[in-house]
Amino acid sequence: MGEEKDMVDMTAHTQERTWSRYSRQERLTRFAVYAITLFAIVWAVRDIDIFWPWVWDAPNQIQSLAVRMWPLDFSGWMAIGSALMETVHIATLSTFLTAFIALPVSYIAAQNTTPNKVTLWIGRLILVSSRSVNTIIWALLFVAIFGPGVLAGILAVMFRSIGFIGKLMGEAIEEIDKKPVEAMQATGASKLKVVAYAIVPQVMPAFFAIIILRWDINIRESTVLGLVGAGGIGVLLQGSIDTFAWQTVATILLAIIVLVILGEAITSVLRKKVI
Amino acid sequence: MLKISNLEKRYGKNEPVLKGLDLTVDGSSVVSIVGASGAGKSTLLRCINRLVEPTSGRIQLNGLDLVDLRGAELRRARRKIGMVFQGFNLIDRLTVMENVLSGRLGYVSLYRAITRKYPQSDIDRAFHLMERVGIDHYANKRADQLSGGERQRVAVVRALMQEPEILLADEPTASLDPKTSQQIMSLLQALASEMDLPVLINIHNVTQARMYTDRIVGMRHGQMIFDGGPKDFNQDALDAIYGGIESPDEQGQTIETAPAAEGASV
Repeated sequence: MGEEKDMVDMTAHTQERTWSRYSRQERLTRFAVYAITLFAIVWAVRDIDIFWPWVWDAPNQIQSLAVRMWPLDFSGWMAIGSALMETVHIATLSTFLTAFIALPVSYIAAQNTTPNKVTLWIGRLILVSSRSVNTIIWALLFVAIFGPGVLAGILAVMFRSIGFIGKLMGEAIEEIDKKPVEAMQATGASKLKVVAYAIVPQVMPAFFAIIILRWDINIRESTVLGLVGAGGIGVLLQGSIDTFAWQTVATILLAIIVLVILGEAITSVLRKKVI
Repeated sequence: MLKISNLEKRYGKNEPVLKGLDLTVDGSSVVSIVGASGAGKSTLLRCINRLVEPTSGRIQLNGLDLVDLRGAELRRARRKIGMVFQGFNLIDRLTVMENVLSGRLGYVSLYRAITRKYPQSDIDRAFHLMERVGIDHYANKRADQLSGGERQRVAVVRALMQEPEILLADEPTASLDPKTSQQIMSLLQALASEMDLPVLINIHNVTQARMYTDRIVGMRHGQMIFDGGPKDFNQDALDAIYGGIESPDEQGQTIETAPAAEGASV
């Protein structure tokens, strides 16, 4: 008898209940997000003022450029080779030097190691300002200060890398297992000794992985430095474009691709060794 | 001698974790502290070496007041207090020997610490202690390659490297299997008498507390409610400590002669 009654009740309830995935509030929010996105896209397309005839003409231009680029001109291979080497040197030197600067910065930018609030904010300010300025803009700045050349390029890559390495290392420091830290404190070790024993061994693998990754990125960044006169293969590229030596341009582009692939291959092997 | 008087610890504005606790440990006695989770056992041990700051009260170790120490004084005092943890707290990527020698960090210079150039006397002491607990052949192995029991031995040796005047052990066997946990308990007991060292052990396993320690202190809600020898620790005491809470070790009551059953409580 009781069972029957329950069943009747249940059906009665089912009829009254309604269900929808989103509440009215959520539906309105979603609609607003769609509308804003659409508006932003339409606005952007209308505002950027594309000269459409050139766009329609692009296939012809591509064909013509390809014809002018072919066959590749390898006569300047010596110059290209040494410019490539210079590019790699810029990447290597700046990555190496950055490591020394980024480590103290990451130490004060990590919440669990920073001495106090002021140092924490100084650390974060350094990281943010380094990261928010692109390498090529740093290069423009340093070319203006030191004149064109490799030095400006090295400094530009360094200033951008400090933020990258510093931020990732800071995160690695914040993610360490705190138990060894506690144990080292319990032995009566000073703060620096705690860092040397409980923190450094834990972040070592992350450190090498980050340095290798940044070296790889820096090779690619160094290839464009020359466009603003800061050394490397980019100088040659810019010169060839300016003189319409398209066959040389094509060779340089090919060389850059080969270099980047090589860098990628080397770093992926190294990364496997570290991890 | 360790003398704790009227120790209180509260985190923020919450109910105090320790409420006016008094405890004196002298000689080379092995004292176990039992109590349910959250009774304040861990906080008590960490107040002694100031990994946790006491809110008020006094802690004296061989006449030295520990509560007000700052900076270098505090570090000098910590050298004399060895600590063993539930999770071993080793530095996994360093070798066993480096882990052991890290017990000397309070004594050696930063240069020696970083370059691993420890004085020969420290190295001798390290080998001697490692031999004593049977891990000397692991000296150059990475710490994370050892089993749980071996890792806890490394941690014990590290603590003994400090030449401590007291040893604190915060649930040293809770992460170990029953057999290994017995071995560690009897090792701590033996070392205490060999080195004339008082040992304070937080422990969940009441049966082991009875078997391996000279004195049992029972805690509940931040207060000491039992203090006596293993023989005095009867069902009433157990009820008082764990009353209302299902005792983790009640089976141990009836089968305490069969140590293998202890595993159930770990």
